[in-house]
Amino acid sequence: MQILQSPARFRAVAMGLLALGALWIGVSTWLPGGTSTPGIPAPQTGFLAPDFTLETLEGQSITLSDLRGQAVLVNIWASWCLPCRAEMPAMERIYQEYKEAGFVILAVHATNQDSVAGAQTFAAEYELTFPILLDRDGAVGEQYQVTALPSSFFILPDGSIEEVVFGGPMAEALLRTRVETLLAEVEP
Amino acid sequence: MMPFLNLFGVAIAFPPLIILIGIWLGSSLAEKHAHRFKVQDSDLYNLIFIALVAFVLGGRFGYAAQHPSAFADDPLSLFSRNMGLFDPFSGAAVGGIAAVIYGQRKKLKLWPVLDALTPALAVFLVAMPLANLASGNAFGSPTSLPWGIDLWGETRHPVQVYEALAAGLILWLLWPAKLDAKAKPGVYFLQFVAASALARLVFEGLRGSSPVTVLNLRVYQLAAWGVLASALWGLSRIIGVREMEKENG
Repeated sequence: MQILQSPARFRAVAMGLLALGALWIGVSTWLPGGTSTPGIPAPQTGFLAPDFTLETLEGQSITLSDLRGQAVLVNIWASWCLPCRAEMPAMERIYQEYKEAGFVILAVHATNQDSVAGAQTFAAEYELTFPILLDRDGAVGEQYQVTALPSSFFILPDGSIEEVVFGGPMAEALLRTRVETLLAEVEP
Repeated sequence: MMPFLNLFGVAIAFPPLIILIGIWLGSSLAEKHAHRFKVQDSDLYNLIFIALVAFVLGGRFGYAAQHPSAFADDPLSLFSRNMGLFDPFSGAAVGGIAAVIYGQRKKLKLWPVLDALTPALAVFLVAMPLANLASGNAFGSPTSLPWGIDLWGETRHPVQVYEALAAGLILWLLWPAKLDAKAKPGVYFLQFVAASALARLVFEGLRGSSPVTVLNLRVYQLAAWGVLASALWGLSRIIGVREMEKENG
């Protein structure tokens, strides 16, 4: 490159670049987006988890935003999905271990891609004790932009998403480390 | 945004696939042009392979070492495909150490090897923002510009596209076949580092999720400025040495 042929010219250009870079760093402090939690509902890390209200298999109504102050895992699944089957036993074990500390699992069943009977059989087969919510019209799956099952959203007590895991199965170690991270934010 | 690619009914995670393609294309390009830097293509291939394997193992075992109780209850998680059970800093450290050990055993010279690796790094830096575009990560700040993209509830700068275009431009400008045969070892690599750091410094300012520190300064911009300054200082030293050599005949 021509600029590399003359040391004096190179030094001048280098100093100019560094000065402009420093100026841009200063200007960037005034630009929007310097923080990661804009308070907008979106299914992405750092954003507010989109709110929903769904009925459980037992007919009880649960609203996500009512669980503020607790550590929440929203897991979207279907009974025919093999990775969903593979991760459910670990989810149940983790739920049993941490529910007293303020951990909640909302297992949102993609009912529009499955059947209520499928969900009931599945819950009985794996002896699941956490709430199974029925997403009958797929609205929650759409809200959370789910393109693969299972999809998991780890939600902090303030309602913001800590991490999104598309696909599965999630290893028990992953569940344990993430739940412990969430619970560290729960006020006693 | 396209986190999954549905091929014949099978959902394939698209962002990691883009990264893998980037690594494969980049390492192929680097091996093809390794001779220009007086490095054997087989040495470069082995170096990349060993560093990548060490990166993967180091990242997983580094993560496990930080969370021993989680793995004590379920040791098989060590072999899980979950990318969340990975510490990139441990991976980079172990990968780097493995590369240094291999380089020393083969008596490889640092600057020519870094020059030879540059095409691989340049292709990787094109792949990375494309993977972020597919996953929706590393998104831009809100904008009203007509080319903004709708993402996460706002019209945003397509900052991943800006970064991919900048990395593509750097790759084109520093295409190994255009190399100045008389260039000193290290010049090619340092030019790439300086250009990439400059691009990161510029586009980090348009990101919507930059970690910030005191005075609202963006952490990665400060890091990029430091890397840019170091690369320019290195280039300045190489040019200075060359001038001294010229004066001394």
